[in-house]
Amino acid sequence: MREDHIAPATRRRFLIDTAALAGAAGLGLSLAIRPASATPASMRAAIRRVVGEASVKKGRLKIDLPPLIENGNAVPLTVAAESPMTADNYVKAIHVFTEKNPQPNVISVQLGPRAGRATFATRIRLADSQKVIAIAEMNDGSFWSDEIEVIVTLAACLEGV
Amino acid sequence: MARALINVPPKAKRGELIEIKTLISHNMETGFRPDNTGKPVPRDIITEFVCKYNGEEIFRAELFPAIAANPFLTFFTIATESGTLNFEWTGDNGFSASESVNITVE
Repeated sequence: MREDHIAPATRRRFLIDTAALAGAAGLGLSLAIRPASATPASMRAAIRRVVGEASVKKGRLKIDLPPLIENGNAVPLTVAAESPMTADNYVKAIHVFTEKNPQPNVISVQLGPRAGRATFATRIRLADSQKVIAIAEMNDGSFWSDEIEVIVTLAACLEGV
Repeated sequence: MARALINVPPKAKRGELIEIKTLISHNMETGFRPDNTGKPVPRDIITEFVCKYNGEEIFRAELFPAIAANPFLTFFTIATESGTLNFEWTGDNGFSASESVNITVE
């Protein structure tokens, strides 16, 4: 019962503090209303911002991520798109999104015919067991996606210092 | 200046696909973690990485707080001519770092 009372109080204080911080930094109110975690809806909104009204088809792209992650602080991620990467048929960009991290965006890379192979790798943070989606934008304006469900045992991002 | 490690094959055949690996030291503070007073630690991340091959952009990445500390990126390019690969990172609080690596193409 006691914990039930503490939780909203800290949350309220967090919001007030964030608002004060946002004001001080001149960052506007967007920080103050930032949700504690991205939701499937905010991920869809982030994807909409990238693809616009275009439809996203499954395929031509592959996410390589371990299905069971012990430590969400540094998870190796590889995204590979199928494309000949010639001057008239190449991948323009690849975007990666998550469902439950504090922000849906993870990384956006811009490629071109000079890349030779539409593949990149990095290490990411994952705050929870969730769905990770990658979307590739081709030079002809089509969008292709792949998604993967991962289980995270130790979450990143939200722990204290 | 932040320490950066770059791995590019020093020699390549013309038209060969080469893999480029980059790693830079940066703690990528997300802006979501509370400190011991409960306030979130302000965000401090690298937001952009650009790689240029003899001045021509071949790879660009926009990074978000979900990128792990010490951002590591690998990507590919085609070795077209001898020259310089230039790497540039920019981020919050005026962070900026750059490195160059030479490549010989035969």
